[in-house]
Amino acid sequence: MSLLSNATALLGKELRTEFRSRELLTTTVVFILVVVVLFSFTFDPGSNESRRFAANLLWIAFLFAASLMLQPCFLREQNNDTLSALRLCVADPFAIFAAKLTANTLFLLLTELLMLPVFSILFNMPVFPVFGQLVLVLFLGSLGVSIVGTALSAISAQARMRELLLPLLLFPLLTPVVVASTYVTVGLLDVAPFMEWKGIGFLAIFDVVFLTALWLFGEYLLEE
Amino acid sequence: MSKRVLLGAAAVLLVIAAAYAAFFVAPEERTMGVLQRIFYFHVSCAWAGLTAFSVGFLGNLLYVWKRREKYDWLGVSCAEVGLVFTTIVLISGPIWAKPAWGIYWTWDARLTSTFILWLLYISYLLLRTLIEEPDRRALLSALFGIFAFIDVPIVFGAIRWWRTQHPAPVIMGGPNSGLAPGMRETFFFAVFAMHILMWFLIAERYSLEKMRGDVELLRQEADAT
Repeated sequence: MSLLSNATALLGKELRTEFRSRELLTTTVVFILVVVVLFSFTFDPGSNESRRFAANLLWIAFLFAASLMLQPCFLREQNNDTLSALRLCVADPFAIFAAKLTANTLFLLLTELLMLPVFSILFNMPVFPVFGQLVLVLFLGSLGVSIVGTALSAISAQARMRELLLPLLLFPLLTPVVVASTYVTVGLLDVAPFMEWKGIGFLAIFDVVFLTALWLFGEYLLEE
Repeated sequence: MSKRVLLGAAAVLLVIAAAYAAFFVAPEERTMGVLQRIFYFHVSCAWAGLTAFSVGFLGNLLYVWKRREKYDWLGVSCAEVGLVFTTIVLISGPIWAKPAWGIYWTWDARLTSTFILWLLYISYLLLRTLIEEPDRRALLSALFGIFAFIDVPIVFGAIRWWRTQHPAPVIMGGPNSGLAPGMRETFFFAVFAMHILMWFLIAERYSLEKMRGDVELLRQEADAT
């Protein structure tokens, strides 16, 4: 299995690069904190209403953070002139995408798990009784964001105004993920929590569809 | 007379005839009255827009596969023309909705997904302006176009969980749906007219894009000599 071993090696490279500096994770965590504080000024955080909005805010904050986190994904390779080398050393270009999107999913999930207790305290949301289900939604949602985001950051890295372009391409495409994830999370954080399996199934379908699209068309995204 | 003059004249005459039929031939709807007549333009533009985007999607796929410039021209022409029709849909919808529903806009499945569709193709055209090199622009925008087109039905499915206020499909919508005689003929005539107009606009836009490509080629040749 050359695809799997290539992807694993590249994933190791992505993780090593990040954990040497921890730039991406630190910046994203601080960014989410700033957004959360800003949110608290735009509505009354102590009211009962805030419980209804908290899940939505959670996903908006994560989405904005993701659009920042995905920026350097291919830009870093381009700035260091390492993209051609990467393309040369793997047989299947999908390995590059697989490694990058796995790394992005892991980073996103890690940030979200770090922020969950903070949200729980600041907005008085009991996250721990439904922790397992929350992790499932967060995982499927972050996977969807990373699949589409990794593909699009390969596109935006080759254009002008790339910092602005990526969110512009990303957010409309991610509408289904936002709708489904928020839907499930609102249910889980309800006074009487319930699991919306339809939303979970939907997220899984989205992930599979776009993973397949990336597998089919990914190699063209990296053409010289 | 050249083919494009004929096609253009046909498109204009057909749209005028469709307007006449919508206002004077089709029977008055029982509850909505004259207001319902906007339906002939609103729905036919929506269909023409979706046809344009579907043809554009084919163009995008063919470009990625065959790498011929003409498929890139087709893709961008269809996206622009589809965007024009979708804009008409997004404007004529609220004009109808205000008297019928009492509000201009509601975040219902069909409205929201049309809005997202519109945003996606705006992003597509924007992306094209931000990549200089023609081959790269063609390839990357074709790929984004493919992703966007795949996304549209998923967006629609996702937003359908919200309460839907848009009228249920009248055409092919189930046993109790369907149009009264007179309305049906007018409607399908309007759809036909809009598609001819769409075809004409895409053909014009395509030849413009082709000219641009030719000019670019000539300029490169001139630079080389």
